[in-house]
Amino acid sequence: MLVTIAGRHVNVNEEGFLTEFDDWDETIAAALASDIGIALTEEHLAVVRFVRDDYQAQSTSPTLRRIRTTGGFDTKRLFVLFPKKPAKKIAYVSGVPKPIGCV
Amino acid sequence: MTTSRPVPTFDDDIADRKLCIICSKGSLDMAYPGLILANAALGEGIETHLFFTFWGFEIINKKTMGNLQFTAVGNPATHMPAALAGLPGMQAMATRMMRKQIASLDVPPVPEFLRLITDAGGHLWACRMSFDMMKLSEDDLFDGVEGVIGATEFMEISAGAQTLFV
Repeated sequence: MLVTIAGRHVNVNEEGFLTEFDDWDETIAAALASDIGIALTEEHLAVVRFVRDDYQAQSTSPTLRRIRTTGGFDTKRLFVLFPKKPAKKIAYVSGVPKPIGCV
Repeated sequence: MTTSRPVPTFDDDIADRKLCIICSKGSLDMAYPGLILANAALGEGIETHLFFTFWGFEIINKKTMGNLQFTAVGNPATHMPAALAGLPGMQAMATRMMRKQIASLDVPPVPEFLRLITDAGGHLWACRMSFDMMKLSEDDLFDGVEGVIGATEFMEISAGAQTLFV
């Protein structure tokens, strides 16, 4: 469905995840983060940028383990930045689908 | 222009969910189900406890955790003829093959997996009776193990939780 986020028309699925990779920008990321109670900082954005690059390279959203082993981000810190469900929340803010990997 | 757009409710549905997994087996193939489920639960914001008992100690014993074995003996699901499965060298070969398959799926080896779980906030507990029976000291255990506890303490920890026995 077409919705307005941060003054722009973008496509989202029934859960609210962006469906078009190129609809995303950092202003939209800040709005998505604020939806779920996160005030986006440069530290959040570093993770988000990695996830977007990795999604583009792999055509699949990275799991938490991949964000750690390939992106070099500390797991404990990810749970602080994106509490409780970090992998899903990171995907949401990054404008990529929910990760489907088991580990 | 006003829009009402869907926003995921990430936290609402998991308010008090808690999972306890009893890990009682020490073979390579039986170590992973508990670890994978624990990791998935933690990623969903679920409070997660792992209780290692009897052969499950192989998973948290620093001497064995990196060298768990897999055997086709007594396991008809491998479809290997029983007379072959027990030949010398077969266990090492089967273990090597399984390790390779696990790594190819980007699933970490046991010690790294335990670290991933504790970093994600998971709790590891060792069974008091198995600990005494195997004459271990706390230095023998993976350093992420929070404590050596008895079955009664486990009952307290697991109050209100969903419990799985692996």
